[in-house]
Amino acid sequence: MSGFWVVTAREWKSYFSTPLAYVFLVVFLVLCGFATFELGGFYQRNQADLSVFFSYQPWLYLFLVPAISMRLWAEERKSGSIELLLTLPLRLCTIVWAKFFAAWLFVALALVLTFPVWLTVNYLGSPDNGAILAAYLGSWLMAGAFLSIGCCLSAASKSQVIVFVLTVTICFLFVLLGLPQLINSLQGILPQWGIDAIAQLSLLAHFEAISRGVLNVADLLYYALFIVCWLAANVAVIEKKKSE
Amino acid sequence: MIRIENLTRQFGAFTAVDNLSFQVAPGEVLGFLGPNGAGKSTTMKMITGFLQPTSGRVDVFGYDMWRNPLPAKKMIGYLPEGAPSYGEMSVRDFLAFIADVRGLSGAEKQRAIAVAAEKSALTDVMLQTVDTLSKGYRRRVGLAQAILHDPQVLVLDEPTDGLDPNQKHHVRELIRNLSQEKLVIVSTHILEEVSAVCTRAMIIARGKLLVDETPTALAARSTTGRLDDVFRQLTGDV
Repeated sequence: MSGFWVVTAREWKSYFSTPLAYVFLVVFLVLCGFATFELGGFYQRNQADLSVFFSYQPWLYLFLVPAISMRLWAEERKSGSIELLLTLPLRLCTIVWAKFFAAWLFVALALVLTFPVWLTVNYLGSPDNGAILAAYLGSWLMAGAFLSIGCCLSAASKSQVIVFVLTVTICFLFVLLGLPQLINSLQGILPQWGIDAIAQLSLLAHFEAISRGVLNVADLLYYALFIVCWLAANVAVIEKKKSE
Repeated sequence: MIRIENLTRQFGAFTAVDNLSFQVAPGEVLGFLGPNGAGKSTTMKMITGFLQPTSGRVDVFGYDMWRNPLPAKKMIGYLPEGAPSYGEMSVRDFLAFIADVRGLSGAEKQRAIAVAAEKSALTDVMLQTVDTLSKGYRRRVGLAQAILHDPQVLVLDEPTDGLDPNQKHHVRELIRNLSQEKLVIVSTHILEEVSAVCTRAMIIARGKLLVDETPTALAARSTTGRLDDVFRQLTGDV
């Protein structure tokens, strides 16, 4: 087994050795159901698609993903195990990527467990399952983007509470960038290309098309770059903070 | 052979390790002595590749720790200060994780885990999680992970700190029984430990090397022949 998979496997198992994994899964699934059927009015819409289900997911991720990522590096730094981990014969970028990937797989598990919603919609009508699959992929990519922010910031402090608050704030900012209220308030202050650039940075804007089942290269590239940049920043933050 | 050349580490304006140079050869057990905050741990963190030196270099059997860290790190077993590990894992799982990272597999891995557990007297607690263990046991888990891959170089930061006399004795036996070709660097502020296990003693204070000689020669510096007195004479005014 390569170092990457050894670290990923250890991280993956660590989720299930504490109640964290189970609490997260239950809360995520309950909230998903509540958002879809109660807030979203799934039945009242009379349409065999999952657009309401996916439209609430960014807002669930906003609070739940930072709860997964906050411990990743903060705990290693607090317990001192970071010193053990970084003196093993592994590259730092391998460790960073492995920790992120284990958390990302965990989110994938949570998404897979929402399958009853998919069964329901297939029982009630005949939805476009290709579009639903694409939307799931988009949702997973967006969760990865939130996670990469969380990984990076979890190395910035030993206190998980500080990390959580910081991560939610930064994630919220990246969600906000695409909201029309913000964009409109910037009219006249910034030139049009500046506003467009800001709007393009938004996590929501790129989720929009994917959640309708439209996969295009620009959106996929955006998420890939977003994750790579934040993980590169993660490496830099660890280098800077590890000795404190 | 480990070569340390002009090693310096600064934290802001504070110089923790100040232009330290020395060599350690296989077969030597080097005792690192000094008051708290003298720079012992910082030096060890640079030797093991955790901290980057502000200037100077660490060479481990021909591999530069910063230019070529992976082969250098493979040769080292390291017990960090406080023996950190993953509290939620069982001792067996934790040692298996270290073995996987060290590239051991199959029968070789099982043997390495069994030998390390045996040497560190952990066989009774293999299925317990690290969190449920006493301080002495946790220290031994840290030792077991350091010796697991039978490394050429062993770096132990205060391996007996917080242990009871029996456990201290056991750890010292373990260090002494390591094969003669190994290179061991131990930091401590317990002076009896130096005469008990080390072939060479270095005293550092304020990041500078004050003394580098055999424990016997060190003790002979004092009229009373006691290491404690020498230590106080050399570092008391610091």
